[in-house]
Amino acid sequence: MITAPPPVEVEKNYINAEHGLKSWLLTQDHKLIALLYLISVTAFFFIGGLFAVFIRLQLATPTGAMFDSNTYNKVFTMHGIIMVFFFLIPSIPATLGNFLIPLMVGAKDLAFPRINLLSWYIYIAGGLFTLWVLFNGGVDTGWTFYTPFSSSYSNGYVIAAGLGIFINGFSSILTGLNFIVTIHRMRAPGLTWFRLPLFVWAHYATSVIMILGTPVIAVTLFLLVLERGLHIGFFDPAYGGDPVLFQHLFWFYSHPAVYIMILPSMGVVSEVISTFCSKKPFGYTFIAFSSVAIAVFGFLVWGHHLFVSSQSVYAGMVFSVLSYIVAIPSAIKVFNWTATMYKGSVRLTTPMLYSLGFIGLFTIGGLTGLFLACLGMDVHLTDTYFVIAHFHYVMVGGAIMGYLAGVHFWWPKMFGRMYPEGWSKLSAVIIFVGFNLTFFPQFILGYMGMPRRYAAYPAEFQVLNVLSSAGASILGLGYLIPFVYLIWSLKYGKPAGPNPWGATGLEWQTASPPPTENFEITPVVTTEAYEYSTEEVVHVG
Amino acid sequence: MDSNIVVAEHAQAAHRAVRHHFESAEQQRDASTVGMWVFLVTEIMFFGGLFLAYFAYRHAYPTAFASASNKTDLWIGAANTTVLICSSLTMALAVHCAATSKRMLLVVFLCLTLVLGSVFLGVKGYQYHDKWVHHEIPGQNFHCEGCADATHTPLFFSLYFGMTGLHATHMIVGVGILLVLIFQSWQGRFDAAWHTPIENFGLYWHFVDIIWIFLFPLLYLIDRSGKGLS
Repeated sequence: MITAPPPVEVEKNYINAEHGLKSWLLTQDHKLIALLYLISVTAFFFIGGLFAVFIRLQLATPTGAMFDSNTYNKVFTMHGIIMVFFFLIPSIPATLGNFLIPLMVGAKDLAFPRINLLSWYIYIAGGLFTLWVLFNGGVDTGWTFYTPFSSSYSNGYVIAAGLGIFINGFSSILTGLNFIVTIHRMRAPGLTWFRLPLFVWAHYATSVIMILGTPVIAVTLFLLVLERGLHIGFFDPAYGGDPVLFQHLFWFYSHPAVYIMILPSMGVVSEVISTFCSKKPFGYTFIAFSSVAIAVFGFLVWGHHLFVSSQSVYAGMVFSVLSYIVAIPSAIKVFNWTATMYKGSVRLTTPMLYSLGFIGLFTIGGLTGLFLACLGMDVHLTDTYFVIAHFHYVMVGGAIMGYLAGVHFWWPKMFGRMYPEGWSKLSAVIIFVGFNLTFFPQFILGYMGMPRRYAAYPAEFQVLNVLSSAGASILGLGYLIPFVYLIWSLKYGKPAGPNPWGATGLEWQTASPPPTENFEITPVVTTEAYEYSTEEVVHVG
Repeated sequence: MDSNIVVAEHAQAAHRAVRHHFESAEQQRDASTVGMWVFLVTEIMFFGGLFLAYFAYRHAYPTAFASASNKTDLWIGAANTTVLICSSLTMALAVHCAATSKRMLLVVFLCLTLVLGSVFLGVKGYQYHDKWVHHEIPGQNFHCEGCADATHTPLFFSLYFGMTGLHATHMIVGVGILLVLIFQSWQGRFDAAWHTPIENFGLYWHFVDIIWIFLFPLLYLIDRSGKGLS
């Protein structure tokens, strides 16, 4: 490796370049905006998590000790809305993606810094709407807002909740737009598409889904608000409409949205595994293109949410086959990560533990998805806890594991400090155990026929529900530990240095934390990504 | 690399509008243009949901749609279409004037675009008022004189208001941006070297125009006679 001039620890970095609240709230630095997002998505994660605690407390006993049915409806709805729209979707792209994409492509910033800041304010505005709904009595439709219940019968604040998500959608659109333009137009000299880190490929695919999918949920919620607020009807049969059209429009976004959640995690895992095996990822182009394939096929499978919604059985067959096909690029990734580790010198650091957890849990989540993509099987399993367990394996076991892997992997880069290795490994193990104890019993419950969204259940389901609630308390503890030691590390952590993991990639060539301009001199890239033996990143003055 | 730095320094000196994180004015313009096109893709998807609803319901209830579409005023709609197409022409001319540094003509054409856009909105408002007077807005007092298939007729009007309303909202936003651009053009902010905002706004304006080019036949023209489409 030839690096000239050598990256030196500079006094001035992006965090201490300016001081005061104004320098944060009016910043156009992608790294500070990433931190703003980090703080806000963490806040929403704990609010959403609080509702998960309520759900598990309610379901600890068959009769439901905490809430009546109406309140319980609001509890799981708020859990879903906050976790999906205000945590999972922005989690990795808006924090790690925002922070790292300009660094990884060797740029000074995203293409549109002001739009980047605007997207954060839009996110906050959408979040405030949602919090307003929360404090004024909530909404009880489920995060799916199915009509005609949501448009004609629900007593909750459907319009405000819908507007909150509508507004928040634009933050997602602007983030995606910014990433696409940055990746197309801001790459450093010599950084060709196939020299890009896989994290960037994953975010490119994610951004494509964000810009193509999010407008559709926006217009769907717009129509829902028109129907509920002005009686300009589209979906309620009372107005001549068809509720199934709502489901089509809703899932046209909301199924691809799960790929918005999982693809960035896959990008993180590709980086982490390559780094801690000190090896080029096995089949770089396959991993890169499988991200794009997931984005493309992800748009063609929404109908598997409508197998029991009067959709034609022939349409159901096509959607079933397409849903199986989307498993192929996902499997390619899992095989390639595994093959990367084969005969690698694997270092079991914290990010690596999370990534290994990701592979296992995502595989279970993905394979159980195939059960649900199967027409006959789905009739039995639809709207049961099997579905809940399946998508929590993908979203919590997958997306959040990937998020934590990424946060731990790039934390030294973001703040220039190391976190305590022992505590972080312990919490990774606690989270893995707690997660499985929470959600594996739900597969069995669902298979036995326990429906989702019910406030009470027959007594014979209690053992498994208690196991699940016990697991949730372990999981909750697991999430609190990193929260504490990461904040602790900001002040007391060991200084990290520019490249604590010995990773390749442009972001490790600059100081930790990076200077405001990212690179002293725009780097010139002369080699492939992940050249662990002969990599060469030259800074030419 | 050296040449890039030279280009960047040259561009900084040449034009104040190049922001610090771009290497050159060309890269900045490129990025803005790609960004605008990506934004328009999101807009297509945004309207796409309504177009899908239109096609699904038109296919399901052809009679209701054919008879309800007779309630739209064909000639006013056609005249308004002409107004909008003319505004696209003046917008295209404005972009040309910006690219050739003709400040006064740029201001004139932007003003013409503003006037034509406002006329379109005014006429649209008149048509909405007309629908209001005739109780043709879906809701409690909805009533459609002589419409076939009373159950599904409201859908046509819901789509009419949803689609034209969303279109009009885009027009209103466009008129707002036009006011800013006229002011900035008057100040002489745009010239041949840098007029990206004018170019990108032109793309937006033409996009909104094209949406209407699709809406007009879908809502006003198709099968007014009710004879079916085969």
